[in-house]
Amino acid sequence: MLTKRIIACLDMDGGRVVKGVRFKNLRDAGDPAECATAHARNGADEIVLLDITATSANRRTLLDAVRSTARSLFVPFTVGGGIRQLEDAAAVFDAGADKIAINSAAVRDPALIGKIAGRFGSQAVVVAIDARRDAGRKVDGSSDKSFEVFVAGGRTPTGRDAIQWAREAAACGAGEILLTSMDRDGTQSGFDCQLVREVAEAVSIPVIASGGAGSARDFIEVFRDGRADAALAASIFHFGIENIAQLKSELHDAGVAVRWPC
Amino acid sequence: MIAIVDYGAGNLNSVKKAFDYLGAEVLVTDQPETVATADKIVFPGVGHFSSLQALNRSGLREALLQAASAGKPLLGICLGMQWLFEGSEECAEVAGAGIFPGRCRQFPSSVKSPHVGWNSLRVQQGSRLLRGVAQDSFVYFTHSFHAPVVPGMTAASEYGLQFTAAVERGNIFGVQFHPEKSGEVGLSILKNFCEA
Repeated sequence: MLTKRIIACLDMDGGRVVKGVRFKNLRDAGDPAECATAHARNGADEIVLLDITATSANRRTLLDAVRSTARSLFVPFTVGGGIRQLEDAAAVFDAGADKIAINSAAVRDPALIGKIAGRFGSQAVVVAIDARRDAGRKVDGSSDKSFEVFVAGGRTPTGRDAIQWAREAAACGAGEILLTSMDRDGTQSGFDCQLVREVAEAVSIPVIASGGAGSARDFIEVFRDGRADAALAASIFHFGIENIAQLKSELHDAGVAVRWPC
Repeated sequence: MIAIVDYGAGNLNSVKKAFDYLGAEVLVTDQPETVATADKIVFPGVGHFSSLQALNRSGLREALLQAASAGKPLLGICLGMQWLFEGSEECAEVAGAGIFPGRCRQFPSSVKSPHVGWNSLRVQQGSRLLRGVAQDSFVYFTHSFHAPVVPGMTAASEYGLQFTAAVERGNIFGVQFHPEKSGEVGLSILKNFCEA
């Protein structure tokens, strides 16, 4: 039986793993290669490394970190941050990534999705979408249904609807959608199941839910109610709140199909 | 020496890295001559079945078929396993090797496609490649088409239907999943291949 994936995300800044709340207030959480191996040993089904402050100046840092992280990692490994063109993606694959995640660049130029997929396969292209509940439409209380896409690490609103953008990205050749709720990011208050479900029902490619993981209960909800194919968490795992092995054993006991024991 | 066949589609780093980690001598090559001199051959595939057209142009198809009939251990991974069959609905014009009967087909519409993630294996007795792999072990898949159940299937998985996750006949091995991305289980399978 196909299992629900638990993905450990490492947000990286200047070669170190960091974690913030609602995309701000960053705290240090360790070396990427060490964190990745530890998570994999603990049962992570996949590792995502995001260079959250990617600029051309720290491109080298990113590639070095990708190389050292990839060396002894034998589960799928996704890298994102600062990938603007096909050549950037090629360099990240060359350094050892299995998949790349693109966000701002894909919004700017959706054809980039197809270009990378054409050369490396759709399975290697994850389109990351940062979405926020659209406060502008909160007039009658039924407003919560709309989600707006943000780019540039959550700094820039685009005016685009997240569900429509997910559909377009899939049509362009994306292999998976990594969907982050900005409202829930780092809060450990649970995933935004409504957002996840709307996207999961709109596309046939897998949807990875992100933002808000705080307990095993949250994962159970996002798999059952949110219909997520995978769920990603960062802060919950770094600071020893709950390790992946324990989380998976709880999911297993609750009847969610997970790779357990692994 | 193990030759990893590069026919210009996708990223072969992960496969090479896993063999490096196991201490095997591997060479990524697009040269039919190198394939001909290798002791063992790994044929990783990625992407669309039509990309296999490149094999015909480059002379790699002949080199692979010759190695196979000469009794060299050959491991097809993902699309590389599908190539071992007669063909695929994904691209009717491109012929597979026809070592195993039947054509690869799309998953039924009752399930999302592609099939991505960790799924369990129903392992059959007697496989050399899967020696030591426990029943219901999890491995990582990512594919939209699946190979039919045939004699020679050594492991099955389920996703909307039962499909071939691994095949084996003599010196020919195929896995639909990615052993290089399947943790300890995957590494043990690659190690078995190194010793085949």
